[in-house]
Formats: sequence, C-alpha cells, structure tokens
Amino acid sequence: MSIIAAGTPAPEFTLKREDGDDFTREDLLGKTTVFVFYPFAFSPVCTDQLQIYEEALDDLKAQGATLYGVSTDPTYSQVAFKEKLGITIEQLSDFEPKGETAKKFGAYFEPRGMTNRALVIVGPDGVVRWSHLADSPRDLPGVNLIFDGLAAVPA
Amino acid sequence: MTELRSAPVPPLRDDDHVRGPEDRPLTFFYGDFACPRCAVEALRLRDEGARVVFRHFALKAKHERAVPLALAVEAAGRQDAFWAFHDALYEDQGRIDDPHLWARCERLGLDLDRFQADRRDPALAERVRRDVRDAMRAGATTTPALFAAS
Repeated sequence: MSIIAAGTPAPEFTLKREDGDDFTREDLLGKTTVFVFYPFAFSPVCTDQLQIYEEALDDLKAQGATLYGVSTDPTYSQVAFKEKLGITIEQLSDFEPKGETAKKFGAYFEPRGMTNRALVIVGPDGVVRWSHLADSPRDLPGVNLIFDGLAAVPA
Repeated sequence: MTELRSAPVPPLRDDDHVRGPEDRPLTFFYGDFACPRCAVEALRLRDEGARVVFRHFALKAKHERAVPLALAVEAAGRQDAFWAFHDALYEDQGRIDDPHLWARCERLGLDLDRFQADRRDPALAERVRRDVRDAMRAGATTTPALFAAS
C-alpha cells in the first residue's frame, strides 16, 4: 500500500472524535492539518512518538498547523492513552469500519491489521501537501520531518 | 522564533555546559534528568572521561519532573555547580522532589535562596526550551539523544 501522494485531494472519510462526533474531509478545510497515524495506543514506540510530538505543539500551532493522532483503537482506548501520557493531542478513531480512513490515505499496515506509522499534511484547500511512511511501523519519525513537511504548504 | 526546519545540532556555544579533556571527541548529550537511561549513559560517559556537552531534552509528557529538574540544574549552574548537580541527580534518581533538591544544595554549599529564585527565572526556561527545540530539529526521538560533533 502506497502512502497518499502530495498533490492528491484528500479523500472523503469519516473518523470519530473524542466526543463521538464525526471528523470528515470538511473539517480539513481552512486550516493546515497534520495526521499522525500510529499503530496502537499504549505501545512503546507510539508512546515515545506522541510524547515528543506533544513538545512541538506550540511551534506547530504557531505555523498554523493542527496535529491529530489517528489509530484503529476505539475512542475509549485512545482517550485513556492520552490521559496516561498527559498529552493534549486530539485523537481520532478509525475503529469502525476498521482502518477505512487509513486505507484511503495509504496508511494501513495489512500484515498486522493496524494503522501504519505515517504522517500526512493536508493544506487548507483539502489537498495533501506532504506525506511520509516510515520504513517500518517500529521506526519513529522525528518531529523535524513535520517541520520540513509544513514548508510544502502554500502560505 | 527560530526557523522551524530540520537542522543539525548547533555547534558548541559560549553558554554550553561542557566537560572532559579537550583532546577527546566531542559528544552532544541531549538528556532528561528524570530519565533512567540518561543516567546510565551520562555516568558512563563521565567515568570514561569523555568530552561531553550537556543540553536539555526535557519532555514534560515523559515525566512531570523533567522540566523542573532541568531548571534546577541550570540554577545550580549559576553558582558554578552545574556538573556537580548533574552528577548528584543522575546518581540518585529516587530522590528528585524539591526537598531532595534543597538537600543537594546544602551538600554542595549552594545559596538556597538564590537557587530558588534562579530556577524560576524565565531566561532559564527559555534556555531549556531552546535545547529541546534544537533536539527536535535534529531529529531526536528518544532520551538520551547523542550526537557526535561534526
């Protein structure tokens, strides 16, 4: 599965927000969005990843970017994970149909039935501006990759 | 704000904390004083006599004491006790609450009132924040993060 390419309009999709509301393509419009697809809540690499990305939130916000964590975990698990880590990154659940949004973005890892470790930046026009698929779900992309990816978003 | 792009770790600065023989290769150590792996590595480098620059990679989501400890060591640094406090923290990570920090101050002969004032100085918070941002720009994904000087 290939990660969605820069220049591709974001597909129609539905994720679940922490409050149970839908998060759809419409929610991408008018702002820069960073999707952080990660395999599993409470897993070691995902823990390190979100804790480090949390440190960058203010800098990312200053760049006009909003960052979301996306996994196939149900919302209750994501919220428990978030609370355990003490982070503020909003979580979006791709639980049912499992991984449907991740598959549309090319961020699903079929061999293990989980979200892959991938980053996708969508511009305010709803077009994907940058994407990154880790060599392995065990690899943790530095937040510097997001910094560089944001440079691809038109001002 | 510093330009938000990838960048190698900055070269040695005038205000860096550095120790070890000048003829040894320089290692930039981005660490967190609440991190057990950092303690093991930092003490190993000390015992090997490595030349090390300590910079902060204090992640508040990793440990609630990470940033307060970073500020405490910087405050000790203003009384020329950075490395003494660095070692004292890494040698005993079971005692990292404020009363334990004050006991270290007493043991090291530091002015406690000055220490208390300095650790709340926004300039020190900005210094710690600068180091963390530098580490992130360099692609650090774990603590400790070590970089060889280029």
